[in-house]
Amino acid sequence: MKPKLKGRHLAHLILMPAALLFVAPLAWMVLTAFMPDSDINTYPPKLWPEHFTMAGFTRIFTEDDYPLWLANTVIVAVAAVAGHVVLCSLAGYGFARIGFRGRGLTFGALMATIMVPTQVLMIPTFLLFKNMGLIDTLGAAIVPWLASAFGVFLMRQFFLSLPKELEEAATIDGCSRLGVFFRVVLPLARPALATLVVFTLLGAWNDLLWPLIAISSEDSYTLQLGLATFSGARHTEWSALMAGNVVAVLPLVAAFVLAQRHFVATMSFSGLKG
Amino acid sequence: MTVFAAQAGGRRRGGRRLLPDLTGWGFVLPATLVIVGLSLFPAAWALLLSLRDGDLLTGGDYVGLRNYSDMLADTELAAAAGHTAVYTVLFVPGSVVLGLALALALNLKIRLIGFYRTCFFVPYVVSAAATGILANFVFDPDFGIVNAGLKAVGLPAMGFLQDPDQAMLTLVLISIWGGVGMPAVVYLAALQDIPRELVEAARVDGGVGRHVLRHVVLPQLRPATVFLLIWQTITALQLFDLVYTTTKGQPLDSTTTIVFYLYRQAFQLFHSGYGTAIAYVLFLVTLAISGAVLWRSAR
Repeated sequence: MKPKLKGRHLAHLILMPAALLFVAPLAWMVLTAFMPDSDINTYPPKLWPEHFTMAGFTRIFTEDDYPLWLANTVIVAVAAVAGHVVLCSLAGYGFARIGFRGRGLTFGALMATIMVPTQVLMIPTFLLFKNMGLIDTLGAAIVPWLASAFGVFLMRQFFLSLPKELEEAATIDGCSRLGVFFRVVLPLARPALATLVVFTLLGAWNDLLWPLIAISSEDSYTLQLGLATFSGARHTEWSALMAGNVVAVLPLVAAFVLAQRHFVATMSFSGLKG
Repeated sequence: MTVFAAQAGGRRRGGRRLLPDLTGWGFVLPATLVIVGLSLFPAAWALLLSLRDGDLLTGGDYVGLRNYSDMLADTELAAAAGHTAVYTVLFVPGSVVLGLALALALNLKIRLIGFYRTCFFVPYVVSAAATGILANFVFDPDFGIVNAGLKAVGLPAMGFLQDPDQAMLTLVLISIWGGVGMPAVVYLAALQDIPRELVEAARVDGGVGRHVLRHVVLPQLRPATVFLLIWQTITALQLFDLVYTTTKGQPLDSTTTIVFYLYRQAFQLFHSGYGTAIAYVLFLVTLAISGAVLWRSAR
């Protein structure tokens, strides 16, 4: 018993300061968002606000286009998540359960695209979207996020891990394929969907390179694009910058904490851990 | 809609071969169209673009392999490749080893373990734009908290992101802070899949912690390690966002990475043909490195 106890204390002794070091910058980001700039622009910098103020938040929501960028990002993220949930789970189920001609080849082709990096795709996609009139609209930010090969793969792996008997029973009871899918399979897929939703949300919400290329008018800016530009324009107004950061990061932290318990389990069936 | 129609109609006609085909395609077609239309098709188009001297507005003329041969003489590109290599060599082993260490610690059944896991993973969800603002604030040479801390313990202040010799190292540090949660989670999942009997048997046979780790646990984690090495290498070779939101390639171009250079060539100087050629070479290098890792791990 004795060595075990010692090991536990040692683990806390290492993990606690390391964990605090990891969250410290974020904690300080939140604190700075509530400080007046007079508290921030001193040396050495203040760790704790002497006067709490919402001025930073008021400023971003009234003086800048921040609310617009936030709304744009919410639209992009909702469309991305909806697209992924519907299209990737449909396709994942089709590839996992229905034997149709061309299945192997199509699935192989989709998986091959995972290897192709964004950098190869961005110039032709820019030209394609320009011809379609999508460039400089929110649509340009949305369309590439409607489905992904990774999402199809994730859902297929999950459906393969489900026992077939449930679906067979439902089919015998006279349920159609689509009925089986929506009434039997999808409700069981909640852990996989949670992972898919969080990864899609993470990617769509935080994307910078593609919006930077595809969108140039401030009306269609996403939050990340706004933040990246904003940081140059409002160089020393740290309370506003940090308030902007807090609002941009908070939804993802919340989504992650809510879905956290599903991650490790999902890694198992997707075969990532081998 | 087509799926319903196919099912109803198919059954009546008794088209037994057609029915699964139509149903299957009904399920996979929408996602397939999006992915093929926005991945396979542009990838093929990019290959053609890389053989022309287009400028994003006009298609330009066919120039054969000139874009590719131009890359050999491009000293700025060579410098960018060098910066990217330095970043990759530091970031990949750094994040994978630290991720493994964290996963081993986070796999313990001790109190507060959920809190610890959250702490190490949360920076992973913070965007490059937000990280960039935060990094500029924390590492500011004159007013930043890090230099204030160094001064408090009697060390000299440093330039960090504004010092050409330190900027890339600072970016590695920031990337590991933000990115180590991913390898940690993958390793954690792999650790939880190791049969408990295996570790217990090794313990019963007199294995000491260190030996059990080396001869029992690490071999079991091998597939995860291979996956992570490839994944993190791809991530590192494509570094762009953090550079854009912190240094913009400065100071003295010391943090200009391949993708940052590519972005500048294609979207600021409008050399889209040349940009696509760089992207394709980067893609081939990525494939070669991934292949090499897989080949080595298979032996």
